[in-house]
Amino acid sequence: MNILRRNVLKGAGAAGAVSVAVAAGLLKPTAAFADWNKAGFDSKDLAGAMGSIGAGSAAASGDIKVDAPDIAENGAVVPVVVTSGIAGTESIAIIGEKNALPLIADFKLMNGAMGYVSTRIKMGSTSNVIAVVKAGGKVYKAHKEVKVTIGGCGG
Amino acid sequence: MAEPMKVRASVSGDAVEVKCLMNHPMETGLRKDAKTGAVVPAHHITNVTATLNGKPVLDAQWGGGISKNPYLAFKVKGGKAGDKVNVSWVDNKGDKNSADVTVG
Repeated sequence: MNILRRNVLKGAGAAGAVSVAVAAGLLKPTAAFADWNKAGFDSKDLAGAMGSIGAGSAAASGDIKVDAPDIAENGAVVPVVVTSGIAGTESIAIIGEKNALPLIADFKLMNGAMGYVSTRIKMGSTSNVIAVVKAGGKVYKAHKEVKVTIGGCGG
Repeated sequence: MAEPMKVRASVSGDAVEVKCLMNHPMETGLRKDAKTGAVVPAHHITNVTATLNGKPVLDAQWGGGISKNPYLAFKVKGGKAGDKVNVSWVDNKGDKNSADVTVG
């Protein structure tokens, strides 16, 4: 996160300066907070979401474990645990294959953080939960199918 | 200001496991209000960062696909009891929250 940018935002009367910067095209509106992959999170198809995180040609790997229920009664809350056994795991992304907005989260791990992330996601319909792992400049993926009885995305 | 969040950090084996519960509506921007039919604007956490003894260990970007009142757990190798953990988030409206805990 850009510390200077934070301070600018905090400053009284800075709002005007920021909007001028936005108008001038110096800052993208989303970039005013922190790095956020807007193109990826706004992407409505799987290929766009995968491409935005550089996972277009990810290789399937048996060393990634995606733990999720076989059947989720409530698609609004689907617990997912991704464990990567790949040495030097740098990031784990979670993607809902058939969600209206497939890219759900992208976790960068550093300074001893292990290849393990546990969270809860929304799923619109029965589909695969895809985990994308980056390690040593290579990209891997694995998936697990979750049957959703009641969708949890919009409606 | 957002509701407080719960963070717990404990030693598990040779690693520290950090578990967080945040309070946030996590609106995707796609949901329609059941009564008015109007689209509820997006309001979700975009960035979550965590540090162990001041060193960054996790830097996450989130979309609206994370469930309401998000739960997050992660593990850091080499941590020990007494280490300081900080977890912070920012949402798409600029709201933010942060919590500090000591590994117990």
